[in-house]
Amino acid sequence: MAKISYLQAIKEALDYEMGQDENVFVLGEDVGKKGGVFKVTEGLQEKYGELRCLDTPLAESNIVGTSIGAAMMGKRPVAEIQFAEYILPATNQILNEAAKIRYRSNGDWDCPMVIRSPFGGGIHGALYHSQSIETVFTSTPGLKVVIPSTPADAKGLLISAIRDNDPVLFFEHKKAYRLLKEEVPEGDYTVPIGKADVKRQGDDITVITYGLCVNYALQAAERLSKDGYEAEVLDLRTVYPLDKESIIEAASKTGKVLLVTEDNLEGSVMSEVSAIIAENCLYDLDAPVMRLAGPDVPSMPYSPPMEDFFMVNPEKIEAKMKELAEH
Amino acid sequence: MQTVLQFMFKEDKRLMDYKEAGLEKEDLKEIYRTMLLARKLDERMWLLNRAGKLPFVISCQGQEATQVGAGYALNKDVDIISPYYRDLALVTHFGMTPEETMLSAFAKKGDISSGGKQMPSHFSKKENNIMTQGSCVATQVLHAVGASFKFKMDNEARVAVTTLGEGSSNQGDFHEGLNFVGVHNLPFICIIENNKYAISVPRQLQYGADKLSDRAVGYGMHGEHIDGNDPIAVYKAVKEARERATNGEGGTLIEAMSTRLTAHSSDDDDSYREKTEREGIREEDCIIKFRAYMTEHEVADDEWFDALEAELKKQVTDATKAAEKAPYPDAAEALTNVYEEVKHG
Repeated sequence: MAKISYLQAIKEALDYEMGQDENVFVLGEDVGKKGGVFKVTEGLQEKYGELRCLDTPLAESNIVGTSIGAAMMGKRPVAEIQFAEYILPATNQILNEAAKIRYRSNGDWDCPMVIRSPFGGGIHGALYHSQSIETVFTSTPGLKVVIPSTPADAKGLLISAIRDNDPVLFFEHKKAYRLLKEEVPEGDYTVPIGKADVKRQGDDITVITYGLCVNYALQAAERLSKDGYEAEVLDLRTVYPLDKESIIEAASKTGKVLLVTEDNLEGSVMSEVSAIIAENCLYDLDAPVMRLAGPDVPSMPYSPPMEDFFMVNPEKIEAKMKELAEH
Repeated sequence: MQTVLQFMFKEDKRLMDYKEAGLEKEDLKEIYRTMLLARKLDERMWLLNRAGKLPFVISCQGQEATQVGAGYALNKDVDIISPYYRDLALVTHFGMTPEETMLSAFAKKGDISSGGKQMPSHFSKKENNIMTQGSCVATQVLHAVGASFKFKMDNEARVAVTTLGEGSSNQGDFHEGLNFVGVHNLPFICIIENNKYAISVPRQLQYGADKLSDRAVGYGMHGEHIDGNDPIAVYKAVKEARERATNGEGGTLIEAMSTRLTAHSSDDDDSYREKTEREGIREEDCIIKFRAYMTEHEVADDEWFDALEAELKKQVTDATKAAEKAPYPDAAEALTNVYEEVKHG
């Protein structure tokens, strides 16, 4: 098995699916000749042609809306939105159309499409290149929202997303693109959508998180281990619909739960995770549920001290973990 | 009869010569039949609404000529339509049956469009190449554009057609989609059914352009401005647009000047239009005009029209009775078809 980056793993998934299913095609701004602003789609146009790796006009609603039409006709479009913030002009097509195609036609039509987009901060991207926007979509049944935390999960979940017969939003942490590397199975490799994954076993406290924060939480857990506390780390992987069973199991196992997201605190995915734990695990808890998240300000500021203040990092997680363990 | 004669003299010249459009007398009868069927279904739904049996109606009345003229020029076996809520006559031509229309109106289980989930006139029927639609206007444009992109990718001799009101032509999705059509010369036809009102807002407050079809130049498409009350003119324009599309000559934007004979919907009182205007537009009723034209050109006589009237009335009555008797969906069906339902075992 080769050791590859999160970015290469995503490219490998696209390449593999385009190679084995001619209905799969990629479209978005700069994805063709340039290979994408992050180079995720580099080489795909040369290999599969201009139409199957299509440079689109700069119009996000068109990218998503035409993908919906093509998907309804049997294609499997993988649309790229250049930065997660830029998806907002397409939200009507996503929330009112893609999410409702199957339901409103009572199963007559479906919409098997993927929308990929880089999200997240810590890369000096400021307000409009740092956001976590998953909660725009995590209260709309009909959609699935996937956020991988490792290269192997990125590949396996993206292949599953492309093969899924419902619309899937696939958010990739842009800082993870080149930061994270690991061995990734070659060829056909899938990871199921809708299933959380225990990334580390521990008996003292439980950390539930997703995206790049999984890596940060694992780093923090290793440091905490030196203090004699072992943390269970649950990676949600799919943030909508949530894997309730795994959340309940992980929370009940230690009775002490820390929820981590780099999104703003109020109304984040973790608010729902917290509600699931409150409803199901109250008598198993030994401490109040704790949350660590970005502050409730409009977005991540540019200047390094303010950016660091906003971002979750291993040190902040470790401090919270210790506080919880000692509760 | 006097009204009909009056139109024959006053308006007949405005309808295109059917031979010039490549149509036969039998074609005109077929077109008229579907127009009248849609009208009768529509009128019945209003009656049922006023009788308290249907909560909501939104009409095709006055736009049947545009819809059936267009539909008749398409190949309904292969072409895809992405319609809007006024397109009862278009979807009827494409294969939506009177009973299916009534099942949808009554929100019954057998509603092919949505199984009782959507309001009426949100048409959908995959078997007949009718894409599903929501209520947010102009979103359907992009779905047709996406379908036409598929046809281009797979080198298929098919076209995707979308329709919308002129009000919807101000939405971003309209501009974004038509721009994309122009970039790739897609096999696509957009028909603006310009009935001059976006609910209450008249066209002079909707757009500053003289003709919406002039926008075609800006998108790199072919533009046509036609009389939407003349099914023959619509047929000819759409036929030519389809030929261009399947010859790789790109998309067409057709603005069909049409007429909304009713209020916006059953929840609207139409009070923003002067009484004289509301009565005046009755003179533009495409069904009356087309009948007069067919009579004058000896396509059909009163006996044929009377027989058709009786036949369609019975069809609508039978469909209404069947739909009224049909069961509602179970409450638990509200939970179905959210995601693909994989059957185990």
